[in-house]
Amino acid sequence: MIQLPCPWCGPRNASEFTHHGEVTSRPDVGTATPEQWRRYLYFRRNANGWVDENWYHTAGCRRFIRVRRHTLSNETEATR
Amino acid sequence: MSQQVGRMRLGPQPGEVIDRRRAFEFTWNGRTVTAHPGDTIVSALAADGERVFSRSFKYHRPRGLLTASFHDPGCMVQVDDEPNVRGGHRLAEPGMAVSSQNTWPSLKFDVKAINRFAGRFLTAGFYYKTFMKPEFLWPTYQKVLRGFVHAGEISPDTPHDYYDKRYAHPDVLIAGGGPAGMSAAIAAARAGASVMLVEEEHQLGGHLRWTDPAAAAELTAEVAATDGIEVLTNSTVAGRYDQNWIAVAQRDLPHARERLIKARARTLVVAGGLIERPYVFAGNDTPGVMLSTAVRRLINLHAVKPGQRAVVLTANPEGDAAVADLERAGVEVAHVADARKGEDVVRVHGRKGVKAVELSGGQKIDADLFVTATGWTAPTSLLNMAGDVPVYSPTAARFLPGGTAGESVLATGGIAGDGSLDELREHAEATGTEAARRAAGGRYHQLAAVPTRNGGKLSKPKGTAATLPQLPVHEHPELFRASTHGIVDYSEDVSSKDLHAAVREGYDSAELAKRFTTATMGPVQGKLETINAIATIAEATGKTIAENGTTTWRPMYTPVSLGALAGRIFEPVRYSPMQPWHEKHNATPLVAGQWIRPDHYGDPAAEVRNVRDNVGIIDVTPIGKLDLRGPDVPKLLNLLYVNKWSKLGIGRVRYGVMCAEDGVVMDDGVTGRLGEDHYLMSTTSSGAANVWEWVENWLQTEHPDWQVHVTPVTTAYASINVAGPKSRELVSRLTEGVDLSAEAFGYMQVRTGRVAGVDDCVLWRIGFTGELSYELHVPASYGLHVWEQLLEHGADLGVRPFGVEGQRILRLEKGHLIVGQDTDGLTKGYSAGIDWAIKLDKDDFVGKPELVWQHENGGGTRLVGIQPLDGTVVPPEASQIVNSRGTIVGRITSSRMSPTLNRAICLGQVEADLAKPGTTLTVHLPTGTKVGARVTEHHAHVDPEGTRQNIDTPPSQPRPHATPVARSPIPASGRTTTIAGWQVDARRSSATLRLADHTLLAKVGIRAAHDGSIAQALGTRFGRAVHDNGSAVIVGSGPGEWFVLGSPGSQDKLLTRMRNLVEETGEFGTVIDQTHGRALMKLTGEHAADLLAKVCGVDLSEAATPDGAALRTSVARLVTDVVRIDENGTPAYLLHCERSSGQYLFNALLDAGNEFGIEIDGCPTAPTL
Repeated sequence: MIQLPCPWCGPRNASEFTHHGEVTSRPDVGTATPEQWRRYLYFRRNANGWVDENWYHTAGCRRFIRVRRHTLSNETEATR
Repeated sequence: MSQQVGRMRLGPQPGEVIDRRRAFEFTWNGRTVTAHPGDTIVSALAADGERVFSRSFKYHRPRGLLTASFHDPGCMVQVDDEPNVRGGHRLAEPGMAVSSQNTWPSLKFDVKAINRFAGRFLTAGFYYKTFMKPEFLWPTYQKVLRGFVHAGEISPDTPHDYYDKRYAHPDVLIAGGGPAGMSAAIAAARAGASVMLVEEEHQLGGHLRWTDPAAAAELTAEVAATDGIEVLTNSTVAGRYDQNWIAVAQRDLPHARERLIKARARTLVVAGGLIERPYVFAGNDTPGVMLSTAVRRLINLHAVKPGQRAVVLTANPEGDAAVADLERAGVEVAHVADARKGEDVVRVHGRKGVKAVELSGGQKIDADLFVTATGWTAPTSLLNMAGDVPVYSPTAARFLPGGTAGESVLATGGIAGDGSLDELREHAEATGTEAARRAAGGRYHQLAAVPTRNGGKLSKPKGTAATLPQLPVHEHPELFRASTHGIVDYSEDVSSKDLHAAVREGYDSAELAKRFTTATMGPVQGKLETINAIATIAEATGKTIAENGTTTWRPMYTPVSLGALAGRIFEPVRYSPMQPWHEKHNATPLVAGQWIRPDHYGDPAAEVRNVRDNVGIIDVTPIGKLDLRGPDVPKLLNLLYVNKWSKLGIGRVRYGVMCAEDGVVMDDGVTGRLGEDHYLMSTTSSGAANVWEWVENWLQTEHPDWQVHVTPVTTAYASINVAGPKSRELVSRLTEGVDLSAEAFGYMQVRTGRVAGVDDCVLWRIGFTGELSYELHVPASYGLHVWEQLLEHGADLGVRPFGVEGQRILRLEKGHLIVGQDTDGLTKGYSAGIDWAIKLDKDDFVGKPELVWQHENGGGTRLVGIQPLDGTVVPPEASQIVNSRGTIVGRITSSRMSPTLNRAICLGQVEADLAKPGTTLTVHLPTGTKVGARVTEHHAHVDPEGTRQNIDTPPSQPRPHATPVARSPIPASGRTTTIAGWQVDARRSSATLRLADHTLLAKVGIRAAHDGSIAQALGTRFGRAVHDNGSAVIVGSGPGEWFVLGSPGSQDKLLTRMRNLVEETGEFGTVIDQTHGRALMKLTGEHAADLLAKVCGVDLSEAATPDGAALRTSVARLVTDVVRIDENGTPAYLLHCERSSGQYLFNALLDAGNEFGIEIDGCPTAPTL
């Protein structure tokens, strides 16, 4: 099990967190086309490399944190 | 008085591990055998003259002792009820019943040995080829093949053994307790590291135990004398995962059969030594063919003479030393064949044991023992798991580490190279020191990142990276197979011939041939056979070993029992405060997620009728409840719900539906406005946790500027729904401070007041059941009191409890949907029958675009009320609705027999064109029968006009009631006493480790900016707890989150004090009484941290978690706040969790504390903090 660098609690086992997937940005609700909206809902880069992810520290500080993770090596970098 | 047990037992040996002063008996296939303490099962049997221990997997060939270690493939035995015991490793114990496995009817005469003659049918891939067709015979094949399984037997009545679990955070973890591992451990510990030294066998020492027992004893003593080394013998490092997450299986503890240690090591040192490799030749699996290390173990450790007359094939100094040992033990060494001079073996003769050895020179020498010393295997698996790719060295005739395991994994000892004891020790010491240096860097970064330290200055570790010395690699002849074919994989019965056949069939890479033949896939997991298998494949393909490469070693290093992997079963369970009453009144339990709820109390239909006729009460505590405070709550509600919230007046309640961004219905519930900036949101019971996370997600990531504080209060309240025409009468008899008349307290309104003497109750007038009803939310500690008062004061009204099943019937009669039952993961808003609630004219809300498009384009099914034409037929839920062509056009989502209407009633999802009331549907029952049904006008089958909830009977006057009693979720057993209105445990304990319920302490929660003036005024930050004027403790429990703990009954005073403190700053802050929402307990004693390390994965070391540390983590899989608050120098921890899991957490801690002699302590009259 990997550890995630929680900027609040320090390194903790990943099992304490809920994965909220790659960081996405929400299109403007008033003007979004179905294509843009579904891209926001369902499309992810799924890169082999560095990815920005949202994690929720469910069993810890209960903050949503952003973690840069290398999907191949599982190296992580914290960003608050 | 020393005894000599067994006819093959030798006189005392310098390094022996047996205790000759004592002896005991056990049985082997029913026969009594005597053993000394320290004997393994197999050494005792070998001393007794036994040579055959099992029959092989496929051919049922007799198998004897080969390695005399954990990995001995022929020595798997059954011990009592435990199968697959490593007989070469497990110590014999008095009274054990040991039997051989995979033999029928007996070890001596095994019927299945006939397979030997059928050998040509059992070649590689036999199973894949033979048992494929015809498919209908698969069950028969399975039955036949089961009979050949080479495992033991377990009885279904086997009691569940205690398997333990523990977390550890060593700086340096060393796998292997031989001379290199011990030297590395001593060096690392002297460099300041905390070290965990793990050894597979029963003693430290490795090969020194038989090559130089005095040196082994000296090093072992030095390890024991060095501070900071935790030694685990009879334990295996089973796996290494990302970021040095390491699994250690610890065996045969006093309190547990096995224990899985999950260690997060900063540096891992792999010092697994070398494993001797068997030689492939005809008859190489005959009992009496042994490795040189096996005979040396037998002679030196267990004082067992391995045979009478031996032939030795040696290619190395260790083989030569074995000759000396044999001679010393009185074995007649008939011939020594020196492989370095080209001498070789052809085959051994004999079936149940070696009779003669045929050498390449043509001699045939009579012997009962043939010893081989033909080379070594480096068990590099832990390095491979860290990403290392081993490289074949033709010089050493074995694979060596590739040196690519990364910074945090080092190797030393025989795995890394050869050398004299001094050379190995020097390398290991340098490696241990470097491992400690690297760990110090890791520890510095960890400590710098945790908020729990007490603020002392952290100094950066000094020291520069050392260049590790290189161990030499000695020359060794490449010896794998003689001129004849023999067994490569003893566990799986795979011969070199099979591997040749596999290559001929095209499986010409190591990975393919391995899978096709199953070589290296048995219980030994490649430790004996990998190199021989690769060498054979290389030989068959005409490539070199280096070109072929090795197969991949994956976890586990050795097989680990499933019990050890399962460890303790941590499944949090949640109970409502009324659970003791439900249990006493024989409620049928319903497991709903973590909650245990009363499904019914015997007759759900009668419970339903009583609600419709009189009044019923139901425990609805699991309903999710979120306390929302702040000026921006309406913005939040408008964003998350599909309906509008801007104009909700104080005292009003509204039903709301939440959709996800894809427009799919996610949750529903009512939200009421209790004050200007104060709302209470309810969610479905199953959705409570998700909705909380959902709300936090939107607040934290999309709208961090909004001023809203969310506090989950699900279990801070016991929730009781009082439903039925007489509910107003009943509730008014116990309520003070609220006018319950129809005019003053209308439908969809909320009030706060005193119920049965309990202040701060929230009363909603809502109606899931369709009856006049009040939902009472009572401070949870008083839940049982209020429940009992309602039953007592409503006896004359005919009050009786109803369960979840009754409620489900009532709501179905009323046509109220259940999210997740009448909707699924594809049901968008307009398919859920909530069109009236969706306000597309709002600028924005979650899921809006999808609902706009569904509204414009249609699509999706519709939720409708359905009644079967034949009212006696209840179509099971999930029955399909079909059209005349048999196509599925809908489904029944809920169905029951209605006790009110005496007919079947349903809700269902149907395609939009079938949703018109009056439409006739065809329901396809699971039996195949089709029945007609009709779409009803409304979802509601009973009282669609909603008149029943508008009964305007006048309220009654409050009556005298019993004095409220507050109760903790942790039941007090035995003698109780009363403190500040709490009924608590009165017992006291002076045990060295004590667990005491402290739930009665006052608990006040505060939310504010983590770095603002409120934080300043509170005097502590996230991660630290401080004493406040000696009377309370302020805990920085989260970023911008505090808990204030005070003496029992002081919550009102604390609330006032804290509210004043917040107000004085003028900053946005929230103060909430959490006294009844949290279960709190205190663990005190020297072993407190050891106990917690069994249930909690956080580093509790003095450096990371000193006195005053506050953190939140998972304890026994439950989110728990942990506060270290030492008592006169004795470590003590406060642990608190949401109330409903209090009993679970308390029990989990007691279970973990058993091995330390934990006792329950009562609540002190004046709890010390």
